[in-house]
Amino acid sequence: MNASAIKQAMAALPAQAVAENDHAKRGNHLDVTVAPDQVVAAVTILDGNGFFIEAITGVDWLGEKAARKKEAAAKAAAAAKAAAEAAKAAGQEPPPPPPAAPAEPEGSQVDDLEVIYDFNHYETLCRVTVRTRVPRDNPAVPTISEVYAGANWHERETHDFFGINFVGHPYLVPLLLPEDADFHPLLKDYKP
Amino acid sequence: MSAFAQTQLKETFVINLGPQHPATHGVLRVKLVMDGEYIVEAEPVLGYIHRMHEKMGENRTWAQFMPNTGRMDYLHALAYNHGYVTVVERAAGIEVPERAEYIRVITAELNRISSHLLWFGAFVLDLGGFTPLLYAFDDREQILDLLESVTGSRLTYSYFRFGGVYNDIDENFVPGALAFIKRLRERLPMYHALVTKNVILRTRLEDIGFITPEMCRKYGATGPVARGSGINFDVRKHEPYSVYPEFNFDIPVYPKGDSMARYMVRMDEIEQSMRIVEQAIAKLPDGPVMAPKAPKILKPAKGDYYHAVETARGSFGIRVVSDGTNTPYRLKLRSPTFSNLSLFGEACQGMLLPDALALMGSLDLVIPEIDR
Repeated sequence: MNASAIKQAMAALPAQAVAENDHAKRGNHLDVTVAPDQVVAAVTILDGNGFFIEAITGVDWLGEKAARKKEAAAKAAAAAKAAAEAAKAAGQEPPPPPPAAPAEPEGSQVDDLEVIYDFNHYETLCRVTVRTRVPRDNPAVPTISEVYAGANWHERETHDFFGINFVGHPYLVPLLLPEDADFHPLLKDYKP
Repeated sequence: MSAFAQTQLKETFVINLGPQHPATHGVLRVKLVMDGEYIVEAEPVLGYIHRMHEKMGENRTWAQFMPNTGRMDYLHALAYNHGYVTVVERAAGIEVPERAEYIRVITAELNRISSHLLWFGAFVLDLGGFTPLLYAFDDREQILDLLESVTGSRLTYSYFRFGGVYNDIDENFVPGALAFIKRLRERLPMYHALVTKNVILRTRLEDIGFITPEMCRKYGATGPVARGSGINFDVRKHEPYSVYPEFNFDIPVYPKGDSMARYMVRMDEIEQSMRIVEQAIAKLPDGPVMAPKAPKILKPAKGDYYHAVETARGSFGIRVVSDGTNTPYRLKLRSPTFSNLSLFGEACQGMLLPDALALMGSLDLVIPEIDR
């Protein structure tokens, strides 16, 4: 089983992005980004090809969208300034300032939680990472514990740390945190 | 009809094993639903020594997290050191001098032998044999003394650095390591005669506690648990790191999948680790033990990086997400026994309680590493 064969199999899905990585630099061979409702389909493909599950985890991207917006605004301002200076140097009237970029719809202002699934293969060296993103205000993704029984604990751990709701999980109670824990310590805005 | 035979009545009761129980080696609790002497359902309850190492990683610099790695798997701490330094070196693009890599391999393999020796003693203790523990601790003590002289600590090592190791080995280390290997080679046949061939041990382990290769795959089992089920998977060969490709060693694989197979895998691995140490000492190059240009303040490029190493218990993987600052943005620690223990509930169904404890012992659990 090699990365390009899996890449082809993943092409059948509406995957958002499939990237082959340099293993020596990044540590995995294939990075597959899918929508939350495609996770089970992607994982089923890996299961059919004999992969084993390494881990499931999350990353909290709090503040990512604000940072991106700021970066884009800074870039636009720099471009406008450069254009104005170029026009001035050429002895022309400065062009009118470009119209302000249309405001993004409200819904997309919520930052994302990323869920990362790591898979590996016993016989051939092929590490596949499946990623999906869910909004922080409603982090729900279907469970894969019916495909991989071992995902049960990994999903419970990820639920502990990030509060991600694995829909359909048979027993989503705290695993590592106390049984009455209602906090999620790996969220970036968590205050103990 | 035996008094222990399973009844048709299904009159079950719940038994609580742990968290303070000698067979759980630490603070693991297992809720057992029993039908007489037989296990109907087992649910491990974790988290009694959960310390949130992953959160700790996010609020200290890359180098400050180093001591934490030695405190998860306290029996094979150097492999955890190794996994963490290699992933950060991968992220920051630091070259490591060859001598440092050799020293890393020598010390990590000695540490692996000490881990297997402790497991051997404690496992036989679980099964009711007290004497082998004292022999195993006697041998393990020699390794701890050797490692103490170079690393400065006996258990929770923090010896590796980004770009090398903390200090060079002293002049007593190489003769000491060779003398230890000679000693252990003489004693291993005694262990096999005393323990491996012992009829009581064999009756407790053979044909009991089966784990199938498919179960390993579904639960992500690695290390001796997978190799005891006939899966030839060892990160040192499968995804070679450090200078392991330079050495000639075998991966012991036993296809049967019972508790005895996992026992045999670990006993054979002691021999293979000794081979690696001998070859590494014979080839040990001269030179610096620290990269001269290793940066003092690390700021790895943005992105995420993964690296796995083979510890005494299986594949330990670290995923780091860097945002280009001097602290990790996210640090995921994938510990091998977490996955290995997760199959216990399925594997022990229908077993007698004492056999399930033998199965649990053969998984080689280290609780701080499961709970992190």
